[in-house]
Amino acid sequence: MNIHEYQGKAVLRQYGVSVPNGKVAFTVDEAVQAAKELGTPVTVVKAQIHAGGRGKAGGVKVAKGLDDVKKYAEEILGKVLVTHQTGPEGKEVKRLLIEEGCDIKKEYYIGLVVDRGTGRVVLMGSEEGGTEIEEVAAHSPEKIIKEVIDPAVGLTTFQARRLAYAINIPNELVNKAIKFMLSLYAAFVDKDCSIAEINPLVVTGSGDIMALDAKLNFDSNALFRHKDIVELRDLDEEDEKEIQASKYDLSYIALDGNIGCMVNGAGLAMATMDIIKYYGGEPANFLDVGGGATKEKVTEAFKIILSDKNVKGIFVNIFGGIMKCDIIAEGVVAAARELGLDKPLVVRLEGTNVNLGKDILNGSGLNIVAADSMSDGAQKIVSLVQ
Amino acid sequence: MSILIDKNTKVITQGITGATGSFHAKGALEYGTQMVGGVTPGKGGQTIDFDLENGAKVTLPIFNTVKEAAAATGATASVIYVAPPFAADSIMEAVDAELDLVICITEGIPVLDMVKVKRYMEGKKTRLIGPNCPGVITPEEIKIGIMPGYIHKKGHVGVVSRSGTLTYEAVHQLTTRGIGQSSAVGIGGDPVKGSEFIDILHLFNEDPDTYAVIMIGEIGGTAEEEAAEWVKANMKKPVVGFIGGATAPPGKRMGHAGAIISGGKGTAAEKIAKLEECGIRVAPTPSDMGSTLVSVLEERGLLEKCKS
Repeated sequence: MNIHEYQGKAVLRQYGVSVPNGKVAFTVDEAVQAAKELGTPVTVVKAQIHAGGRGKAGGVKVAKGLDDVKKYAEEILGKVLVTHQTGPEGKEVKRLLIEEGCDIKKEYYIGLVVDRGTGRVVLMGSEEGGTEIEEVAAHSPEKIIKEVIDPAVGLTTFQARRLAYAINIPNELVNKAIKFMLSLYAAFVDKDCSIAEINPLVVTGSGDIMALDAKLNFDSNALFRHKDIVELRDLDEEDEKEIQASKYDLSYIALDGNIGCMVNGAGLAMATMDIIKYYGGEPANFLDVGGGATKEKVTEAFKIILSDKNVKGIFVNIFGGIMKCDIIAEGVVAAARELGLDKPLVVRLEGTNVNLGKDILNGSGLNIVAADSMSDGAQKIVSLVQ
Repeated sequence: MSILIDKNTKVITQGITGATGSFHAKGALEYGTQMVGGVTPGKGGQTIDFDLENGAKVTLPIFNTVKEAAAATGATASVIYVAPPFAADSIMEAVDAELDLVICITEGIPVLDMVKVKRYMEGKKTRLIGPNCPGVITPEEIKIGIMPGYIHKKGHVGVVSRSGTLTYEAVHQLTTRGIGQSSAVGIGGDPVKGSEFIDILHLFNEDPDTYAVIMIGEIGGTAEEEAAEWVKANMKKPVVGFIGGATAPPGKRMGHAGAIISGGKGTAAEKIAKLEECGIRVAPTPSDMGSTLVSVLEERGLLEKCKS
């Protein structure tokens, strides 16, 4: 789960990670009021969306005085920002972070991630702050310094110190940098983050070390023990269909194509998208109904697929193991009837009670195209939506 | 022969009185697995009854702790159906009881819990499969997990996969072609897990009854690439692959916590290229996993030996 920058900074502040003072604003008036309260000669007006690359897209402005704050707040609020992470449709800005200006002397990168290779949390640092870490990794990987953290003892002081020296933090600020990293690690494990990225970490003219930006991502499997983080969820940032799906415990991801997919199992769902594409079609979504799908769940899945106006046909691909094919077939027939489905529907059933399932589909009187295999089904739906 | 488990393996179920645990314990008993007991803290001393489809009745003892269960039943393997908040603790309990094998089916364990579990397991004898996996089956001998047993057939092809339903798909394609399996192992869809492809490939390589292997990967991480390098350097048997997620957009988690392309790493294209480079033939679509293996077996003169 992602949260906004201002929320991330508030979480980090609880753990003693130093961040600039700032306030969130939902209106132009609130923005001006926030700047007044901050009372700093320079304030920064920052668009709050769940995507990087805001600066380049015109979502971050430096204001010298309240008139500037007003002007920039008017300009950015309601604006649709298009960055490399938003997709071409962009994201509308509904919140601003009004933050004290910062006298930046140098920018660094600090990040924590769960590394699959080692099965550990890894601290990463680089002298090349401000730019995307992937770019640094691509052109000069030697400039990314890593420390693998033993979960039994956590990030040690010597590791933080070693990293601070390796990325050339000025000698007199090394202790502040160590405190910063230890606090960041404490926040990371305490709140079950999967990513914590500070880019840039800045050294200021007055000799402080601060997180100028903060990107926190939380492990959705651990949200059950972090009610405070769940409250930070911003539904405006999520696809409406994905929100609806999550209510029914369906795993759904919206895509750009026109063939709706309903599949059981994440791996098979991904592979179904792949095979549609292989035969020249474009999947409209990823949808895993899970292992324990009921008639109600199948109906809900159909509703969500059909609420996407681009969908021209549906491919149901089920390998019934624990889940029985006749139950799925009943669900499909009921959903198609209830929703008055008028689009091509191809169903491939395999596994437990497959013949019972096929009988139910054939006897339904509905226009359901049966498929013998994944490739047969994919080819049929691709030709039907053309 | 087989890997990890065979008809002599005795198994306990952690979380045996839960709906999922008891349902799948019954399924395992139907398949012929030696299920010898279960663990549910607070219900030690009680028993649980199963009415099998063949009319037999099985009564299993329940224990409060894994240690007691193992001592009383002689079980060397455990399967875990405990809810996600408590599953990591259950794995560590089984490791502490010095079981040989722990298979964790539970989906949704916090990743930092698994980081601790992996650290805890260092230097211990137990092997962990999963979490978030379908389990392990040695056809016609033993089934531990949630896979549909009847699609499997005893034979000589090993299957290892990050995805449950894609494993079933592959197994089904083999069985309908008359090709049986030595063992099928789901290693799970989480980023931090007990066993990786290499661990299982290693076992298949050593197993005299496995003649070829299907490895089913997906986007995210670099485990497939590392496995491919290992195969190139060590594997004595042909390996065929499939990688799911060629059409998945970056930054979106495709169901599995581990199936996500992040920072431009872990794409299907990279993985497929690496597998091919290391001599692993990759099925172009998930429908072609069986036929791709058949063509490789034919070329190597192994097809008849693999028909069972």
